[in-house]
Amino acid sequence: MSLKEKIRQEMPCQDPQVRRANFDEVALGYTEEQAVKEAARCIQCKKPKCREGCPVEVLIPDFIKAVAERDFAGAAVKLKEKNALPAICGRVCPQESQCEEKCILGIKSEPVAIGRLERFVADWEMAQGASATEAAPAKGAKVAVIGAGPAGLTCAAELAKLGYAVTVFEALHTAGGVLMYGIPEFRLPKAIVDKEIANLRQLGVELQFNVVIGPSMTVEELMNEQGYAAVFLGTGAGLPNFMGIPGENLCGVFSANEFLTRTNLMKGFRFPEYGTPVKLGRKVAVLGAGNVAMDAARTAVRLGAEEVTIVYRRSDKEMPARAEEIEHAREEGVQFKLLTNPVEIIGDENGWVKAMKCLRYELGEPDASGRRKPVAIPGSEFVMDMDTVIVAIGTGPNPLATKSTAGLELNRRGNIVADEEGRTSIPGVFAGGDIVTGAATVILAMGAGKKAAQAIDAYITAKAAEAAN
Amino acid sequence: MYPIVRKEILSASVKLFDLKAPLVAAKAKAGQFFILRSDEKGERIPLTIADFDREQGTITAIFQEIGAGTRLLGQLEAGDAVLDVVGPLGVPSEIERFDGPVVVVGGGVGIAPIYPIARALKEAGNRVVSIIGARNKELLFWEEKMAAVSDELIVCTDDGSYGRKGFVTDALKDFYEANKDLQRVWAIGPMPMMRAIANTTRPMGVHTIVSMNPLMMDGTGMCGACRVLVGGETKFACVDGPEFDGHLVDFDLALKRLTIYRDEEKRALAALEHHHEGGRCGCH
Ligand SMILES: Cc1cc2nc3c(=O)[nH]c(=O)nc-3n(C[C@H](O)[C@H](O)[C@H](O)COP(=O)(O)OP(=O)(O)OC[C@H]3O[C@@H](n4cnc5c(N)ncnc54)[C@H](O)[C@@H]3O)c2cc1C
Ligand SMILES: Cc1cc2nc3c(=O)[nH]c(=O)nc-3n(C[C@H](O)[C@H](O)[C@H](O)COP(=O)(O)OP(=O)(O)OC[C@H]3O[C@@H](n4cnc5c(N)ncnc54)[C@H](O)[C@@H]3O)c2cc1C
Ligand code: SF4
Ligand code: SF4
Ligand code: FES
Ligand SMILES: [Mg+2]
Repeated sequence: MSLKEKIRQEMPCQDPQVRRANFDEVALGYTEEQAVKEAARCIQCKKPKCREGCPVEVLIPDFIKAVAERDFAGAAVKLKEKNALPAICGRVCPQESQCEEKCILGIKSEPVAIGRLERFVADWEMAQGASATEAAPAKGAKVAVIGAGPAGLTCAAELAKLGYAVTVFEALHTAGGVLMYGIPEFRLPKAIVDKEIANLRQLGVELQFNVVIGPSMTVEELMNEQGYAAVFLGTGAGLPNFMGIPGENLCGVFSANEFLTRTNLMKGFRFPEYGTPVKLGRKVAVLGAGNVAMDAARTAVRLGAEEVTIVYRRSDKEMPARAEEIEHAREEGVQFKLLTNPVEIIGDENGWVKAMKCLRYELGEPDASGRRKPVAIPGSEFVMDMDTVIVAIGTGPNPLATKSTAGLELNRRGNIVADEEGRTSIPGVFAGGDIVTGAATVILAMGAGKKAAQAIDAYITAKAAEAAN
Repeated sequence: MYPIVRKEILSASVKLFDLKAPLVAAKAKAGQFFILRSDEKGERIPLTIADFDREQGTITAIFQEIGAGTRLLGQLEAGDAVLDVVGPLGVPSEIERFDGPVVVVGGGVGIAPIYPIARALKEAGNRVVSIIGARNKELLFWEEKMAAVSDELIVCTDDGSYGRKGFVTDALKDFYEANKDLQRVWAIGPMPMMRAIANTTRPMGVHTIVSMNPLMMDGTGMCGACRVLVGGETKFACVDGPEFDGHLVDFDLALKRLTIYRDEEKRALAALEHHHEGGRCGCH
């Protein structure tokens, strides 16, 4: 036991000064030696608390044990029993509030670096070359999956493994959803997403791009005319919110979605070789403090902005982004203006942003979410000079697919009402991911996709049995 | 891939493509648009569905070469293909039968998107009066097609090189003076023209619909680049429009927002011209 390290292994990272100017991945991943050392810290709890923190209940002690024994292939098998996309989750899960938060070692010292180990195993396996997954015998039924984000992709993979003929319909020209257009390359290399999509194709899943369910084709047509036995809706929460303050349509005010999509999906950071431009001034404010805000701020740094400031109305304790991203943003020189909220964006004579009028806040009583509610301090108004404002204060459900589907029950925010297994108010129509929960996490979207696949299988099997009787 | 089955050169800078896009052709309605991407490095370019043939599975686009994106597009020939086509997008025009004449106004390349609206209005049994205009004769197109779906066609050129000399707004004013029962106006063209039409019809109290063409990217409501202010409310033109009440649109703001990427657009064009005529070589 004396060999055990008290402190977790540091993640090797690109130097902040270097990475400020490139889009390469920031965290470089554990070496084998580091992984084995870190895995040895796990005390293999009989009742592993860590698993309770993981939305898909990854067999955490089992895969870590295999790593400690240098059986990386065995670790990969254990890991993938519950998680189809470990290379992605190991990188983007908010581990500090999920698996690692519950790890027993966290009480006295630092929790086991479960996410980093997960990433290590997944990367190790990818480096060995693709492992062929065997599909079950064909079932002879077709299922349509709408949206190629983590929810849809996971649902499609599970269904294909069960033997269904699956077609994924995606509105954009490429698969991945937020993994592709939102989360930047320096946090999640697109090559990893591409590999997962290649795996999906290997399983026989067909991907149809440039199809917007609603205007191009409806759910009803898919089921009644095209013979799909069931439909899964994984259309995400892609509709950007704005604040409704004066000046927010000025030139130089962008949604984080626009800014990130131009940069990531359209490769605007390589303009003009790639045709889509990205615009950025010298002084950039990013409104919000979630993952989206951190991604926008760090992208702005990389595109050469001189001063990038996160403006957030609560304090640092409430910031919803992953801890690691906040730390990385700070290292890269992003400023934080907390307990501050804009009330107006001020323009120049040409209609461009030149400043932002803000109020200072203090924290009051806890609100419904349990977080202390920010209260504006009267008379605290001040002006910040600014030439670009990126709005990252959340997104809502995109209504194109839902409003074109008669009889689909929605809640008052426009999210689809679905049960734990993804069943909606329409028989044969299932849903999961951000379109049901509102903007959440990759792992929750994947978990929902997987559960829905099982429910779809049960639904189709029961219907076939009924028809046979 | 979406093949270009026919290309027509309408003027030095205006080209027509018939694109094989069965999914879009099957659903297209007057007033809707689509987005294309010519190749892996290309922008997503929104264009109006100027016509469609459900049987052949084709849609017609007419575009003006103004910047790098449309110039590269114009270099493609019949037999080539574009990488992506998605649509139909946007809310279709509300077509109903009116108890009196309706006027459609198409300015410049705006003649293309006004055509399917004129046709739909005609098919719905309306008395359709069409006013089309361009800077000069060379830039006019589809006169016969427009005549075929109109009860009356008025053609204007700014320089008088063809038809009536003057602006489409003058022709509209004259028509209204003689036809006070004018029911509704649709106007599509450059934003300053649409604003001028809206300003012309405001004192007449004639409901006027314009088709906004702000900057767009995804076309599905995901980015908010296409924000327009209508009656003090922020709308996303790609999903809430592109048609709006012309009397409520904030054109000043819309015109400013069109210039957001102007410096970059100039750079892209310069980079394109710096290269050989063949287009992008990616040497940067
Ligand atoms: C910038 C950013 C950073 C994030 N960082 C993290 C992170 O670090 N960790 C984490 O866990 N989570 C993070 N998230 C959240 C996470 O990405 C989402 O919760 C997750 O992607 C939701 O998955 P989904 O499959 O439900 O939807 P999405 O990923 O949104 O995918 C939905 C797909 O459906 C398509 N679609 C929509 N409508 C239609 C239609 N009508 N027809 C056809 N296709 C349609 C969309 O184009 C899209 O491809 C981040 C989100 C953003 C935006
Ligand atoms: C709904 C809609 C329908 C349209 N229909 C037609 C049509 O039928 N025929 C036609 O010729 N044009 C149409 N346009 C305009 C056309 O999309 C632009 O002219 C084109 O994208 C310019 O690209 P570029 O790279 O050649 O020019 P750039 O040099 O990049 O830009 C020149 C100007 O074009 C406009 N523009 C640039 N990028 C975009 C963009 N992504 N979206 C919209 N406008 C942009 C701006 O005003 C810009 O200043 C339509 C636009 C919209 C939004
Ligand atoms: S999937 Fe996410 S929450 Fe679960 S063990 Fe892996 S990193 Fe932790
Ligand atoms: S709680 Fe921590 S120490 Fe215990 S099994 Fe899980 S990872 Fe290992
Ligand atoms: S073009 Fe992106 S929201 Fe309209
Ligand atoms: Mg362009």
